[in-house]
Amino acid sequence: MDLLKVNWGRRKHSLFYYLFLASKQLFPLDLYLFSPNPFRFDQPSSSSRLFDFGRMSQAGVDVPAKGGFSFDLCKRNDMLIQKGLKAPSFLKTGTTIVGLIFKDGVILGADTRATEGPIVADKNCEKIHYMAPNIYCCGAGTAADTEAVTDMVSSQLRLHRYQTGRDSRVITALTLLKKHLFSYQGHVSAALVLGGVDITGPHLHTIYPHGSTDTLPFATMGSGSLAAMSVFEAKYKEGLTRDEGIKLVAEAICSGIFNDLGSGSNVDICVITKGHKEYLRNYMEPNPRTYVSSKGYSFTKKTEVLRTKITPLMERVEITEVGEAMEE
Amino acid sequence: MDLNLDAPHSMGTTIIGVTYNGGVVLGADSRTSTGMYVANRASDKITQLTDNVYVCRSGSAADSQVVSDYVRYFLHQHTIQLGQPATVKVSANLIRMLAYNNKNMLQTGLIVGGWDKYEGGKIYGVPLGGTVVEQPFAIGGSGSSYLYGFFDQAWKENMTKEEAEQLVVKAVSLAIARDGASGGVVRTVIINSEGVTRNFYPGDKLQLWHEELEPQNSLLDILNAAGPEPMAI
Repeated sequence: MDLLKVNWGRRKHSLFYYLFLASKQLFPLDLYLFSPNPFRFDQPSSSSRLFDFGRMSQAGVDVPAKGGFSFDLCKRNDMLIQKGLKAPSFLKTGTTIVGLIFKDGVILGADTRATEGPIVADKNCEKIHYMAPNIYCCGAGTAADTEAVTDMVSSQLRLHRYQTGRDSRVITALTLLKKHLFSYQGHVSAALVLGGVDITGPHLHTIYPHGSTDTLPFATMGSGSLAAMSVFEAKYKEGLTRDEGIKLVAEAICSGIFNDLGSGSNVDICVITKGHKEYLRNYMEPNPRTYVSSKGYSFTKKTEVLRTKITPLMERVEITEVGEAMEE
Repeated sequence: MDLNLDAPHSMGTTIIGVTYNGGVVLGADSRTSTGMYVANRASDKITQLTDNVYVCRSGSAADSQVVSDYVRYFLHQHTIQLGQPATVKVSANLIRMLAYNNKNMLQTGLIVGGWDKYEGGKIYGVPLGGTVVEQPFAIGGSGSSYLYGFFDQAWKENMTKEEAEQLVVKAVSLAIARDGASGGVVRTVIINSEGVTRNFYPGDKLQLWHEELEPQNSLLDILNAAGPEPMAI
């Protein structure tokens, strides 16, 4: 470690100051920890992204962009809203997501409705995201945020697996997610239920948008969390079998689907046990289309084809081996 | 009734740290709230920093978790470099450095308690703002408002381990009775030269205070009751 090369010379440093200098190589937070002026929001450095949201208020100062979140457009958006432009609404997953630990592992459940304000944008979206072969994550909140953050951490986990040569652990995913969400101070609106089985056993965690986490035997998140939690609190017990667990999760999600406006459509379930996982997409469909015309739907006038012209974009090239390969 | 589920996760909390002759006892309730909804009714607010130093967390859940994670990491490095267990004073100072230098962005009050061979059992309070003050006992969190008078009367020097733990459990239980943001179970951690002992007191087993009633027709009893006996032929 470069610890030993630190220059003790000029100033009397306490033990901890050089610890922080050394730790700078591992993660860059020294600037915000030991700056003599804690109000240094107007001079962000490229290395420190912790507590960076202060830049928003300094958008008038001419600061070159140095990576990380840029809030410059927020001022423009505020100005447009004042002039009367209606801001586009976010695609939120209103959502009921749940997880519980049963005898052999973890069961995750989610509904499948994605809302954009009062409109259902997607009647059958997937809220249970893949993180690792043995870890899955349900996401509630802004759909883009949950997708992006779970994809990002899933990639980081894969790289970590290549580097360590071991299966991913649930707490690794947890730490990566919580660090990311905390550094964005709740602006990344992703509330997650993370569950998986690793070498240390089954784990279930909830992660809130501000970066706090809880470790629980059963958990619910999203707008339908109260409805689902009431089912869990009444019926959960330790050591459930697989079928009992799936039944309880489906019941909790259905409770969210029928009692919460932000949740609806179908029930997705994911069962993770040691060395094995089952993704039961649309395990239950308690909201089928009520009326389908028995005659079927037909569209009389098809689109006319006037002319067909096919242009191949890639040339097929034949390669024939001629002569001997070059040898040194 | 607006539950405000988008509110940041905060721990309403009652946290206590008390020294006795031979070590310290840390105690806390277990309620984490998001607005008016109890997000976690069995959270563990007493987190480990090193083998011999624990910290009670209150205030914003995210902020306190991140601060204790960083300090655990720094103390781990420090222990390796020092070659012996870190002292409670060092742990408290690291907490204080983070809390003070980031005072505009953090909202968390912490109580650091532990045992080391130089000073014995010590309690350091690090409230909002980032001061650090060594105290024979410290209380924090929203429920602590109800305990200042209680401790003025009930605290005494050189208690035994049992007396200290009973005091802590009684105090947290009193705060839970009066503070809406505290509840759940009472967790205690006793740290002394022999090591660390964790105890757990479920909410329904605590003593009843003024105007508190015995549970009647409790759903817990009904659900956990055995089914009717099968008919015997």
